[in-house]
Order: sequence, then C-alpha cells, then structure tokens
Amino acid sequence: MWTRILLAIIAVIVVATGAFVAYAWEPALAPVQTPDPASFDAGLKQRGTDLARLGNCNVCHVGVGDARQDGKAFAGGRALPTPFGTIYATNITPDPDTGIGSWSEGTFARAMHEGVDQQGRHLYPAFPYDHFTKLSDDDVKALYAFLMTREPVAAKTPANELPFPLNIRLAIAGWKLVFFHKGRFQPDANHDEAWNRGAYLADAVAHCGACHTPRNSLGARQQHRTFAGGSSEGWDAPALNAESPTPVPWNADSIFAYLRNGSVPLHGAAAGPMIPVVRNLAQVPEEDTRAIATYVASIAGTPTPERQRRADELIAKLNQRDREAVGHGAPPGAGAAPGREAAERSGAGRDTAARETVGLSGTSQQPASPIFAGACAQCHSETRPHGAAGAINLSLSTAVNLPDPRNAIRIVRDGLHPPAGERGALMPGFADVFSDAQIAELLAYVRARFSSAPAWSDLDGRVRRIGEGKDNS
Amino acid sequence: MVTLTVNGGTHQTNADPATPLLYVLRDDLTLNGAKFGCGLGQCGACTVLVDGQPIYSCIAPIGALEGRQVITVEGLGTIDQPGALQRAFMAEQAAQCGYCIPGMMMRAQALLQRKPDPSDAEIRAAMQPNLCRCGTHMRILRAVRRAAGEMRSAAANIKDSTP
Repeated sequence: MWTRILLAIIAVIVVATGAFVAYAWEPALAPVQTPDPASFDAGLKQRGTDLARLGNCNVCHVGVGDARQDGKAFAGGRALPTPFGTIYATNITPDPDTGIGSWSEGTFARAMHEGVDQQGRHLYPAFPYDHFTKLSDDDVKALYAFLMTREPVAAKTPANELPFPLNIRLAIAGWKLVFFHKGRFQPDANHDEAWNRGAYLADAVAHCGACHTPRNSLGARQQHRTFAGGSSEGWDAPALNAESPTPVPWNADSIFAYLRNGSVPLHGAAAGPMIPVVRNLAQVPEEDTRAIATYVASIAGTPTPERQRRADELIAKLNQRDREAVGHGAPPGAGAAPGREAAERSGAGRDTAARETVGLSGTSQQPASPIFAGACAQCHSETRPHGAAGAINLSLSTAVNLPDPRNAIRIVRDGLHPPAGERGALMPGFADVFSDAQIAELLAYVRARFSSAPAWSDLDGRVRRIGEGKDNS
Repeated sequence: MVTLTVNGGTHQTNADPATPLLYVLRDDLTLNGAKFGCGLGQCGACTVLVDGQPIYSCIAPIGALEGRQVITVEGLGTIDQPGALQRAFMAEQAAQCGYCIPGMMMRAQALLQRKPDPSDAEIRAAMQPNLCRCGTHMRILRAVRRAAGEMRSAAANIKDSTP
C-alpha cells in the first residue's frame, strides 16, 4: 500500500517536472547572415527610430567600458542594479558575434514578445518583455529595421552577477509561468483613439509601469497597484495614480510639457533615471508624447475637490508673494545680482527677510536653517514661486513631498546635471560641502518647512547609506 | 563665532553661519582670488577646495565648514613663487580677462591631486562645470596638461633623489 502511494507521488513529480521542462524548453533559432542595412525601407527605419526613443532602449543598452564602446548607443555593458543582483544590459547592435547581428526578424520578435533569446534561453525580466509582448508585429518589425541599421559595435556583455538559483535561466520559466502574460495590446472600447494610442505607447512601448508600479518580493509588478509608485536604480518613481504625492495635481497639458521640456514650473525638473526618458520623449513626434500625456493624466483622473483646493491655495499664496516681491522692486524669478547684498536679499547671508515669512505648506514656526539660507535660498527662494535660474519653490517639489526621502537625498548630494552638451535643469551637488549629518539636518528642515507631509524617519541613516553607495536598486 | 581654516591658517569670523564662504574670503580675509560669477553655483568662478574637493564657495555656508581644510588659489603659490598650475597658466597665456581662471586652477588642482596623469577626456570631464566666456578653453586645457607634466616630473625627481 505505502509503496503504491510512494510510487504514485514519484510518478506525479516526474510528470510535473517533465511538463515543466517541456513548458520551459525553448528551441535555439538558427543564426542568419546580418541583413544588409540598405535592405530596410526608409519609412520603416524612421518609425523604428521613434519607437526606440519611445521605448527608451538607449537608457539601458548603452556602451560602458573601454574607450571604444564607452557611451556608444546600444553597445550594452551598463550595470543595472536590481534587488536580486546586477544584470548587464546586452549589446543590441548588429555585431554578429557580440550583438544581435545574427538574429533573424523572427528571433528578435520572439525575444520582444516572449522574452527568449536566440539560444532559447529565458531572459531576465529586467528586459521588460512583460511590456513588449504587447507590441504590434509591425512595430517589432520597425524596431528590428532600426537596430539592424545601427553601427555594429564589438562589445562583449559582462556576465550577470546573480545568486543561485536566480542564475539558472530555467528558474525564469517558473517566474514567467506565474507572472508573465503573453499577448498583444488590446484597445479599450470605452476610450477614444488618442487615449488608446497613449495607453499602447505608455504600456507596450515606453513601459512607464516598469518603474512607476511597485513590485512584489519576486520582482513582478503588482497588478492591483498599477502606477502606485515604484523604484528604479536607487530612485523612487513617484505614483502616477490618485496616490500621486505632487502638491499640484498633474494634468495632460503639464505632463506633456514635462515630457517634452524636462521640467514644468509647478512640478520641477526630471531627475535621476527620468532625465534620459524626457530627453527621448522630446524627440519623438509630438502627437505621440501628447497621447502618452493624455493616457497618463487619465490614470490619476480628476483630482478630488479637496486636493484641487489645496493646490489652488498654494499657487495663490505663491503668486501673492510674487506680486509683493515685484512691489518691492525685485523682478520675479530674477537671478541674484553680483555682490553680497544681492545674495542676502535672496535669502542668503545675514538678512532675515526669508525667515520672517510664514511657511507655505509646512509649519510657520520652523526655526531658520543657516544651511538652507546659505546654500539653497539663492536659487530656491523661500517666498517666491520661482527662484533664480528657474529653480522651483520647494513647496511645489515632488521630491520634497514624496513619502520616502531618497530622491531628495540624491538630489542634494549629487545635484542635477543635463546630459553633456545639452540644455536642462542644473543644480550643483553638495556631497563635498556638507557632512551626512548636515544633509540630514537640511532635509529635515526642508521637509518641515515646505511640505505638509509627515517628517521623514531615520534621515541620518538614509543619508549615510546612500553616501556609502547602498540603497541603489 | 565661526572658525575657518584657510590655506593652513586659522581665522575667526563674526559673520552669520549662513554667510557663503566666498564673501568671508573676499570681504573679511581679503583673499580676492575666488570670484563672484553667478552666485548660484553654476559658473565655477568661485571654486575653492574643501578637504581636497572642488566646491562652489558662493553657495557654501561657513557654518558648515568648521574643521574643514579650505584651500584658495592663493594657497597654490605666491607672486614670487607661483605653484605648478599658476606657472602653467602663465606659460600658456591661458587667461584672457582672467575672471574664471582662479576657479579653473582650483578645479584643475583637485583633478591633479586625485589623478596625476589624466587623459584629455578626463580633463575635459573634470573641468566641465567651470565656464569661460572669453573662449580660452584650448589654452586652459594645454595649461592643465602642462601642469600635470610638471607635477609628475617634480614628483619623479623627489623620488629619484630619495636614497
């Protein structure tokens, strides 16, 4: 009797294992001669160019390493820190040996739609095929045409640094079985064409949710919390749904302006991993960015009357201060004129005008911070909506109002820098000026002064750990 | 009362702790090398070293700098005995109006302390935050390369003469 039960159990295990292996096994696809770049249609290549920008391929698949490949588009090698280990972005140039030059269009389509490479190995979902599976066949064709017409770069991708059992590719098949839902984008008949276009571009192509949706302990997006805010490369990707922490609610126009320009007056500038994203979205057809904005605005929906009222009050208060500043002879948003007096007028130095003003969102009883007055107030006027050089009033800042302090810590430590040779928000970093304790003290002040959200906890520890290079996935 | 250590000397000042270092250097210590350019930490004319790292002194409140080593361009050499970077900038005639030059020299000093033999790409990347409106960039790059060479051969001579 017991023998029969044991045999039955073993039989079940064998069959299940067999079924899983059969399910998990994917064939290798034959290598092909690298297609002639001249064989691709110009219109198809152009569409592929736009889609590659919309899809932000260049953000991860960038060359890193020796001088030959450093910074080269699509050469790969960039380390992507994940909570599970480091994954290196692959070379997706048409180099036949180290890139995807020997991949047929069918092989490429399988990678995009199913997350399997040429050899039949399952790909880590750091490559967001859970989004790309929704791509139309035509768009995959266009992306293939784009990539196969790039300059081939010989650059071997470093081996991933993942612990057992995550380094076993078959384990990913199990992950896929539970979390990966294969299938093309399905339009929603309840919405118009522009919205559906935006939903397709945001979800299937730009994969906004890869960062802006929280993930579970196994690294899969939490479907019931779509766009509730996630993380990327040590930064928090703020919630885009009704939980959005921004003091002023976003709308389609402000999202569009932000995605095109990298900053908007009532929200501030893109930071961290969002900087290359807005740079890409500034270069695609305007109607595509507009469609994404339409869709993303609809995620949060119309703000509650209470939230809108608070935002209107804040804006009115800032505008009022702006008018007062004009009344006193200082033009709004003026840069500091040379000299100590000007710096003092703008809040630095010995002048106390800034400290006498009441808090805009936070408490009015906040004691003055010499660090803020001496380092921040030159640009981030405490009283006006916009300080010098277009710097945002911190009452409007997303980073200052997020539940977690790490974006603010990173911005204070490292500043904001546009890509080399390009326009963009510029803020100097203060990691070499202030100690960890001083940065923590400054941020505690900023949070209390400019946000009505609760104080951040363990700022000292968080600043220290980020300074040590931790907390980076 | 804030105590500052500048070019190896100790100074006490009654200035408000929020006062940016630049004003205390220029107004109170009469160290006029560092310049006021933008006052916003965007141009680099005010660059000095704090514990060996280049910082914008126009946005560095003195209250945060107690116990730190501040080095200004005056700390690199004197009129009679200019330092390696100062000699190199003169030899290459790297200054036109000269307003950005003290900041440039301090930024370069930080680089050469960290990396005695930088590549051209590394020099460009390190100097990137500092602006020059006259357009003497190519001369500035030459001066930094020259100073790097001089500093290395001086270091080699010291090593050679050490028994």
